[in-house]
Amino acid sequence: MTRAFQGEELARFIQRRFPDAELEWDGDSLWIEPQRVREVARFLKEEPQLEFNFLNAVSAVDYIEYFEVLYHLTSFEHNHSAVVKTRVYGRENPSVPSVVEVWPGADFQEREVWDLMGVAFEGHPNLKRIMLWEGFPGHPLRRDFEDVIEY
Amino acid sequence: MPIRTEPVTINIGPQHPSTHGVLRLRVTFDGEVIVDVEPIFGYLHRGSEKLAEERNYVQVLTLTDRLDYVASMTNNQAYCLAVEKLMGVEVPERAQYLRVMTAELQRMASHLVAAGFLLQDLGALATPLMYCFRFREKILDLFEMLCGARITVSYMRPGGVFADAPEDFWPALDRLMGEAPELLGELEQLLMENEIVLVRTKNVGVLPLDTAIAYSISGPVLRASGLPWDWRKADPYDVYDRMQFDIPIGDRGDNYDRFRVRIEEVKQSMRIVSQCIEQMPPGPIRTELPFVLRPPAGAEAYGRVEAPKGELGFYMVSDGSIAPYRCKIRSPSLINLTVLKELLVGWKLADMIVTLGSIDINMGEVDR
Amino acid sequence: MVPFLQDNVIYRGVYCWLGGNEGNAQWCGGDGLLPGGYEWVAYFVAGLTIMLILVNGALLGAAVFVWAERRLLARFQARRGPNRWGPWGILQPIADLVKLLIKEDIIPTAADRIAFTLVPIIMLMSLLLSLAVLPFARNTYLANLNIGVLYIVAVSSMTTIAIFMAGWASANKFAMFGAMRGVTMLISYEIPLILSLVGVVLIAGSMSLVSVVEAQYLPFILVQPLGALVFMLGISAELNRTPFDILEAESEIVAGYHTEYSGIKFALIQAAEMAGVLAASGFLATLFLGGWSGPFLSTQLGALWFLMKLSFFVFLFIWIRATFPRLRIDQIMAFAWKFLLPLAMINFLATAVQVYFFGFYHGDVPGEITRNEQWVMAAINVPLAVASIVAFGHFAREGIRVPAVRLESIVPIPRVAEVD
Repeated sequence: MTRAFQGEELARFIQRRFPDAELEWDGDSLWIEPQRVREVARFLKEEPQLEFNFLNAVSAVDYIEYFEVLYHLTSFEHNHSAVVKTRVYGRENPSVPSVVEVWPGADFQEREVWDLMGVAFEGHPNLKRIMLWEGFPGHPLRRDFEDVIEY
Repeated sequence: MPIRTEPVTINIGPQHPSTHGVLRLRVTFDGEVIVDVEPIFGYLHRGSEKLAEERNYVQVLTLTDRLDYVASMTNNQAYCLAVEKLMGVEVPERAQYLRVMTAELQRMASHLVAAGFLLQDLGALATPLMYCFRFREKILDLFEMLCGARITVSYMRPGGVFADAPEDFWPALDRLMGEAPELLGELEQLLMENEIVLVRTKNVGVLPLDTAIAYSISGPVLRASGLPWDWRKADPYDVYDRMQFDIPIGDRGDNYDRFRVRIEEVKQSMRIVSQCIEQMPPGPIRTELPFVLRPPAGAEAYGRVEAPKGELGFYMVSDGSIAPYRCKIRSPSLINLTVLKELLVGWKLADMIVTLGSIDINMGEVDR
Repeated sequence: MVPFLQDNVIYRGVYCWLGGNEGNAQWCGGDGLLPGGYEWVAYFVAGLTIMLILVNGALLGAAVFVWAERRLLARFQARRGPNRWGPWGILQPIADLVKLLIKEDIIPTAADRIAFTLVPIIMLMSLLLSLAVLPFARNTYLANLNIGVLYIVAVSSMTTIAIFMAGWASANKFAMFGAMRGVTMLISYEIPLILSLVGVVLIAGSMSLVSVVEAQYLPFILVQPLGALVFMLGISAELNRTPFDILEAESEIVAGYHTEYSGIKFALIQAAEMAGVLAASGFLATLFLGGWSGPFLSTQLGALWFLMKLSFFVFLFIWIRATFPRLRIDQIMAFAWKFLLPLAMINFLATAVQVYFFGFYHGDVPGEITRNEQWVMAAINVPLAVASIVAFGHFAREGIRVPAVRLESIVPIPRVAEVD
């Protein structure tokens, strides 16, 4: 069985490495600050006891007052998994550091999040729309998206 | 006098015989050799994730059929697992067995399609494809007996399955399991040692294991690169922990390994199906749930299965209403495509088609 | 009056019916319909008749072949095949043709109109021309050229030009890819193809196909097994059949050189390809299986024997098509240069030595190889063929597998702005 890391457990690892990190946890999820995403990601991948070498998915949820970006992680070595989340405030141009350098598999997923949810990823090598065409108005997965195209 | 040569840019797709749907690849060639690839998708984008937010939990199930339309059973299963996690529901044992059995039949069908189309891309004029489809057709007939549909099955429901198998299903399944080794054997005989298949696929499109993991590759493509990682073993869902089966892996991660891993997985699936038939317990097939599901507010769940294409996951968030607040689909086809450029640059046009075929993508799932 | 024409059954029949024993034709044995002095009309009509029979026969044969191929492929693939239109679907090619005829004939705006239009004509023409020297039965042919074998090779390689014209004139990148592949491949395969025929010519002592048939006391496939193999493989490359169909590889470059063709032009290209298979089978049957001569009644039943042998090779081509995937371009080239060419050379040298020896042995004119001597040659050449195929097959397998390496030196070229 894949062991799901509890947020508290994972937080202790991260606090040891980044003592000034602001962490929050609840059940099996852990929230980190958005500007710290990339370094925490690298730490999670390289720390020998964690070794989260596989990025399952990058997701984003629109909670109206903030966007939540989630990273589902798995370690093939230890067969455990974790969910790392971050909250991005602001609806105009929310942005999170890209983790493509750490997990290249995040490439299309981050583009998809940008395309449909409108959360930008700083440092992404090719951040442009993936499903919709360039010039599409708005980001359709946002809760306040209204279809502006007249048929 | 030096001859001035220029790279040629060609659009492979969106209408092209071997892009497996409406995938478009903007490929730059130097002669026959690929120097740059850029996949462009979205031609089949239906906004399934947005549509899911406007439907109730049972209605969303029909959307999942249309993701990977070659393997809709496993899509149903992933979605149902996510919703059951969200609701905290247990599924009756018989339903779990039925789910595992149909999912494995579906995996056989999907892998047969993949193998058939890979050989079609190799240029074998439809013969292997027809052999594969002859086999798949029998599986689809079984699905029709189960739920009345062949492709978009919607057989599994949150809490169980839609209906128990009818009386005449079991003899038909036994018949299929009886002739399956022969059908597969014919295909193997035709192809596995064919010299042309070997020279075209061995050592071509090699995907090293570390690249595969870094690029979040999952499913048979990952296993062909040499990692015995299968969510059915690593994190068993339903009753996979009671099943005896092996994980076939490749040793080089080339096109031939990916092809062979799929054929071997069909055999393993056959093993699982026969175990399901033996162990099938009597009992209810569905937990009684309200007509309209209302998971608790704030609940979230990530349900995943080992789909034929790779790890298929549903990340569901509930706000207590009858519709999911968010339904994120982790589609293996899209993420497996991330590595395409790594895989293709430096190979020839003909290799590109074969490599694309060996990754086995499905545009319904890539674009969603 | 060309002397060999009087042996030709069709020509003789028509000519004598019209012209009769007039002029210098002393072999008719009676008067014809036309008055004296009009023999040239008879001559002209007779020639035209043969041409009509040949052209229509070839195209009808192509139609039958299309039907047979589709039915057989369906059988190979566990399907039924076309079975709606006519008994056993035999009228299917006609339905296909009607459909293609009423389709719009599109010429792309950017295409070179003249070259584009010429392509189907050249393709079909080269094919029909090559049929001229084929003896269908005893004394039944359009022409008995004394350079028949050379003529076949020369005429049939005009297809290459047509393919390149198609690729270039279409102004389509896929077509250009197909054409470039086609030219590369066809030029390479010409060499083993021609070399494989030299042995046949040496034994027969003549390039005329009629003499080749008459020289076959036993089928040359026994006397020249290597030559037959190389010719068979080479001709299937020339015909763009699987596993050499890279120039119209539908899974890679859509339809290759004829991507832009539609309607009647497409139908003509298809007809040329299909009739090409028939012609190739005809040459194989003539050169290596004894043509119209059979075990008995070859004078009366020549056409039947020929048709049976031709059908055998046609079936072989269809069988191969139904079974094999296609090779990659570099593997195809390696196959031609590393496998077929050495085999053709071995065959050529061995045959030359044998023919020289037998000519020297009975002190006769070289070329008169008797039945017993052909048996001896077969006894030598069959083991030689097996040995050299095994030996070179081993080398060629390595040679074909090796190029499957990624070209690491290629660096991604940044997408450049328009070149001025």
